[in-house]
Amino acid sequence: MAEFTLRLRRYDPESGEAAYWEEHTVELEPHRSVLEGILQARATTDGSIGIRCSCRAAICGSCGVRINGRPGLACHTHLDKAQRGAKDGVIEVEPMGNMPIIKDLIVDMDAVHWKKIQRVTPWLQPKQPVPEREYVVAHESMVDVTQSLACIQCGACVSDCLSMEVDPDFIGPAALAKAYRLVGDPRDAATRARLEDLASDPHGIYDCTHCFKCIDACPKGVAPMSQIMRLRRRAGSDFHIEDPNNGERHERAFVSLVRQYGLLNEAELLPRSYGGDSALAKFKPSAAKELASSLPVIAKALLRRKVTPTTALKPHKLPKQDLDAIERIYDKVEGRDERFELNLYISGRDEDLT
Amino acid sequence: MPSHDVLIIGAGLAGQRAALAAAQAGATVAIMSKVHPVRSHSVAAAGGMNAAIAVDDDWTEHAYDTVKGSDFLGDQDAIEIMCSEAPGEVMHLEHIGVTFYRDETGHLDLRAFGGASKKRTAYVADITGQAILHVLYEQLMRHHETVDRYEEWFTTSLILDDEGECTGAVARDIRSGAMQVFNAKSVILASGGAGQCYKPTTNALICTADGIAQAYAIGAPLMDMEMVQYHPTTLAENGFLITEGARGEGAHLLNSEGRRFMEDYAPNKMELASRDVVSRAEQTEINEGRGVGADGQGIYLDITVVPRKRVLEALREIVNIGRDFAGTDITREPIMIRPGQHYIMGGVKTDVDGATPITGLYAAGEVACVSVHGGNRLGANSLLDTLIFGRRSGEHAAARGRDMVMPSAPESRLTQDVEQIDAIIARERGGRRISAIKDELGAMMNDKVAVFRDEQGLQEAHEIIVGLKEEAEVAAIDDRGTVFNQDVLGAIELGYLLDCAETTVVAAIERKESRGAQFRTDYPDRDDEQWLKHIDVQRGDDGRPELSYSPVTITRWQPEVRKY
Repeated sequence: MAEFTLRLRRYDPESGEAAYWEEHTVELEPHRSVLEGILQARATTDGSIGIRCSCRAAICGSCGVRINGRPGLACHTHLDKAQRGAKDGVIEVEPMGNMPIIKDLIVDMDAVHWKKIQRVTPWLQPKQPVPEREYVVAHESMVDVTQSLACIQCGACVSDCLSMEVDPDFIGPAALAKAYRLVGDPRDAATRARLEDLASDPHGIYDCTHCFKCIDACPKGVAPMSQIMRLRRRAGSDFHIEDPNNGERHERAFVSLVRQYGLLNEAELLPRSYGGDSALAKFKPSAAKELASSLPVIAKALLRRKVTPTTALKPHKLPKQDLDAIERIYDKVEGRDERFELNLYISGRDEDLT
Repeated sequence: MPSHDVLIIGAGLAGQRAALAAAQAGATVAIMSKVHPVRSHSVAAAGGMNAAIAVDDDWTEHAYDTVKGSDFLGDQDAIEIMCSEAPGEVMHLEHIGVTFYRDETGHLDLRAFGGASKKRTAYVADITGQAILHVLYEQLMRHHETVDRYEEWFTTSLILDDEGECTGAVARDIRSGAMQVFNAKSVILASGGAGQCYKPTTNALICTADGIAQAYAIGAPLMDMEMVQYHPTTLAENGFLITEGARGEGAHLLNSEGRRFMEDYAPNKMELASRDVVSRAEQTEINEGRGVGADGQGIYLDITVVPRKRVLEALREIVNIGRDFAGTDITREPIMIRPGQHYIMGGVKTDVDGATPITGLYAAGEVACVSVHGGNRLGANSLLDTLIFGRRSGEHAAARGRDMVMPSAPESRLTQDVEQIDAIIARERGGRRISAIKDELGAMMNDKVAVFRDEQGLQEAHEIIVGLKEEAEVAAIDDRGTVFNQDVLGAIELGYLLDCAETTVVAAIERKESRGAQFRTDYPDRDDEQWLKHIDVQRGDDGRPELSYSPVTITRWQPEVRKY
């Protein structure tokens, strides 16, 4: 047994008072969970502490909170580990972000999370005719979508999604992972329509900024951002969907620039994203318009010395052997018969794993 | 006030399946749950769902295995319905999106499970319950125009009209604290089991016998309440479930001598005997000093004999549970387990359409007792039970409502529930806390009403429960608010648990034989002459449980000696 102090964020909507911090000391074995700590405080001292919880085993997804500022499940975080991560030895627990707070650690998931899930047409639109028995599909395809289906809808990824903080309309990591569960399902008849929808929505798949926060946050290894990237690859590479948000061309510009220069060439990124790969891209009307509208940002960056005119205009140069090595990576990846996708449930051959 | 043809209380697999079936049959439907539907405890069902879909399998074999698993206490007409409709139900789930794992030909794969004579368990890794629950919820979102969802509403009581028919329920919006009467032509209880009567248990904190106690309170009979399943593999330290799928995939049970002791108890089926048999074997090994761990109270489950790739693909969740809650990498070392409370075979007595003896009231899933599980449920038959009888209840209730007028309970019906809650909130401090009473109940039940039972222990258990009931009636709470007052709900749930535990104990005292999950050390044999019958428990006028019997339906399988 050891002593742990929890600093809980309390909020009583009926009191008219602002939210405040309250400390509780609990006694538990160090590998017990933060949830058990909170439940002990509730059982022994204050029954009014509000937290949703049910299974205690990271399966039901009820107890999403922030612990020491990081999102996760209270039942899935050990007390000793949480204490080590605390800035002053006191474990801080507060409600998740990006969602309105109802009481104490309880947030309104309907207002944000479930609304976004509903947005992605979250049910199978089965291929017709429906067979009498099961659809015959590859085992790997079912295992593959199981990674997205393993999502327990806890909201931890939504809590700390940076894109959603900036754009509250962003469909977001959990709902897009749900979308992949359907796009990746060979029994679904609406794959193209789904991808067109998600690519053309300005708050859709190209609204993610690759910050990895959702991958970090997810207690179940769903890796929502990876699912979003897979949606992009399906939309761009497999269905050649050119979206009005320029997302697909923007990605292609990254790929071609890194191949050419070994590193990103920022000065070329915007013209290529809007005008395509040619050197004349910047003179295309769409690119010129975007360039013009970006001038204030560029000017600000120059003024604040984030870039100098030389670094901005002169591409990075890598030694030839490094460029060759990069070219070899491209050749290898592009030379594969099939795109290689990482998946939690698919782990290679047994001999690779020992 | 809201009025629907069918009101469903509980939104796990049984409730959601009932809602979809009733809506499909043209009824207006409301589904109400004290938690968001995907938090329901069905989410924790791991291993899979039984159905005779293999070419060399037949539903009658599935039915026989189920009858034998039930130790011949299951009603065979109901078992025949469940098993014969199982393949169709699996295909239905597959068609609406459940990602059942496939074999190398792309057809549904099947895994071995306890008490089954063939591989017949369809599965999604070891998150089958979660996969089905989430897919059903997808369908509820799809049909949001025909199914009204009341999420995070706590039912406080069922309504009986003057004729003694159930015409709705009173419920509290947890978020606002507002109370409301819900009128309905039929009510389907689908609010799950009662695992929280025990500590430890594999069951979630929400499994507090709500529906069982609410039905009992209005006079519905409960059946088979003495039959409480201990799962053979729960984490030694905290009682979390390790799926039977592990043994289905080939894992071994080892005692302190490193021996597969199941060869002494079930030489043919070994680790895949039915759950009551395996749990009893483990407890015997522990009691005779061959347990493992510091206190000798554990048994080793050795999953390292299963190929690692297969474990990562098909038993992912228990890899997580081992790592996160026991510090064990199950792909490299055995994990310490023990038998732990997992499921109640008993519940509100129903017919094969889910109808209870109270007109207008249905029950399906763990809250109900059809009885398809009898003395012992086979692994992977519970998902099946929830779905088959959830659907049948939904269809039957919808059909029943077609020619009925909508009942209307007087608004005054609200008053007594409001007053009851106000009274709990107003209780004066003093005495023990709700949590202390609940902890004592759980530990006591796990001590005296567990794998092995005897008269003396059961009588003591009953006395303790009667005492705890008195204490619970005056136990004070801290939260005086209306928004998300979980404290007051906890006080109500404690009352439910105590009512339910009492019925379990009196039925266990009554059954003076050993059958299925009920093993009486003072009556160690099965006695078909005396006890091939169900025990029903009903609330008497004085509030005490009253016992009666009902016959076991036998269609084609006469009781025989049960060996695995």
